[in-house]
Amino acid sequence: MKTGWNVAEVIEVTQETRTARTLRLRLPGLAGHRAGQHVDVRLSAPDGYTAVRSYSVASASPGDELDLTVEELADGEVSPYLVRQVAVGDQLEVRGPVGGWFVWDPADPSPVQLIAGGSGVVPLMAMLRAHTAAAGSASPGGAAPFRLLYSVRGPDAVYYGAELDDLARLPLVDVTVVYTREAPAGSNEPPRRLDAATLVRSTLPAADNPAVFVCGATAFVETVADWLVQAGHSPARIKTERYGGTGTRP
Amino acid sequence: MGIVSPGFFGRPRRDDPGLPPGQYLTEGFPVLSAGPTPRIDPDEWEFTITTETGQVHRWSWTEFLALKQDDVSTDIHCVTSWSKLGTSWRGVSLDTLFESVESDCEFTMAHSYGGYTTNVPLDDLLGGKAWIAHEFDGEALEPAHGGPARLLVPHLYFWKSAKWVRGLEMLRQDEPGFWESNGYHMYGDPWREERYW
Amino acid sequence: MTGDLDDLDYLDGNAAAGPLSEFFAIDVVSARGRCAHCGRTDALATARVYPNSHGLLLRCPGCTEILLRLVDAGDRVCLDLQGLSFVELRRH
Repeated sequence: MKTGWNVAEVIEVTQETRTARTLRLRLPGLAGHRAGQHVDVRLSAPDGYTAVRSYSVASASPGDELDLTVEELADGEVSPYLVRQVAVGDQLEVRGPVGGWFVWDPADPSPVQLIAGGSGVVPLMAMLRAHTAAAGSASPGGAAPFRLLYSVRGPDAVYYGAELDDLARLPLVDVTVVYTREAPAGSNEPPRRLDAATLVRSTLPAADNPAVFVCGATAFVETVADWLVQAGHSPARIKTERYGGTGTRP
Repeated sequence: MGIVSPGFFGRPRRDDPGLPPGQYLTEGFPVLSAGPTPRIDPDEWEFTITTETGQVHRWSWTEFLALKQDDVSTDIHCVTSWSKLGTSWRGVSLDTLFESVESDCEFTMAHSYGGYTTNVPLDDLLGGKAWIAHEFDGEALEPAHGGPARLLVPHLYFWKSAKWVRGLEMLRQDEPGFWESNGYHMYGDPWREERYW
Repeated sequence: MTGDLDDLDYLDGNAAAGPLSEFFAIDVVSARGRCAHCGRTDALATARVYPNSHGLLLRCPGCTEILLRLVDAGDRVCLDLQGLSFVELRRH
């Protein structure tokens, strides 16, 4: 972890969806981070006005680079700037990566269940990527089953689609995408809200005692965490990262 | 001071002579939420003024609504930089509530349901400058905005206009309230930009 | 207190990790803290953060009382820990 505010340089930008972009930052002196952590980004206007927002890190690289995927919020103050204006070569002030709670530890051999609502997939993607990296090492976590349940509005809103398809082919990884408003072309499953029955069907059973990570809008996280507890998961095994009140319930 | 982000200006702010320094105009009514919103049944609601001798003046919801009501149109300025012009309120002037109160104190502490406190000098509550408001824009004040009733002291930053107000305590000496004890200014004049200590 | 818990304007204590990193040399949101009001003891990351406020507030998920208050006043940052009666750090 680097302390205080540091200057990072934008070294690559990738359009993820129509409203989201991944910024690759180089933060000199950074030596990796823990999967699931976030950074605070501070923007300063010429008159001294500043705005700070938190963004999860999507990447899991050991070096001095970080990927942030930012969704543009309709009424946002910082996200439109990061999604539309920032260009390669620009500098941003960042604090972190920080947060040692909502993180996956490659030394933990437990099976892992990830549950994402919309842009909540970002820190969970870092965990999937860290797991893939650990699979080729001696880390016990690399041999653990990893499942992702990803609730998303429609195919256009999916982040990291091609990479998730590739990951889903790995023997230890399972990816389930639930489309809530619009199903992919050719799908014979109509779009539907995630419900408790679907959740139980598409996640690791409580009997496996998995480490569970849930991330999304506050209402989504709240509802999913309740369903998990009702399904027998121990509250102590469920870690949550709420993104705020801008979303809907599943 | 860090690096400037080229092309970033933040929320539109403008040099409007009607706005205190550092404020931007909003058409909405942002809700600052420091915790769960208290929901107070008007049957259980009461407003009190407690003097230095321990004497308590008490109004139930019905008694409070029977007092002389003022319609107030005023600008409000939040320390988080938004200002809203020409807001409409209905409520009871503190002048009315203080008519029967005997006190030598110059300071007050407002107390709210939910535990919030904020300090306001008595002079700033009297002389047609402050109200206990229970309607906004012709409607009952919503819990998110401080309903059933909030203090309205519009010439100070809006954190002084305590939501869910339940009483005023008379103080001989000024004491910091909830935010004032942790960095915010004791008085909070928006025109002098008294945001922090 | 007539609070209720259906408000959804809050985040997890984890969201306070950045501002608190200015005070603590370690990641304090992973530390266990005891609520001075109700005694509930858990990782600070499980507390509730109310971000749309005049300052950053961390509230106990059990009794909703305040564990910690942080106000960023620009050139100074103020931290009030009155609501925490005990903090336990784990050395890994």
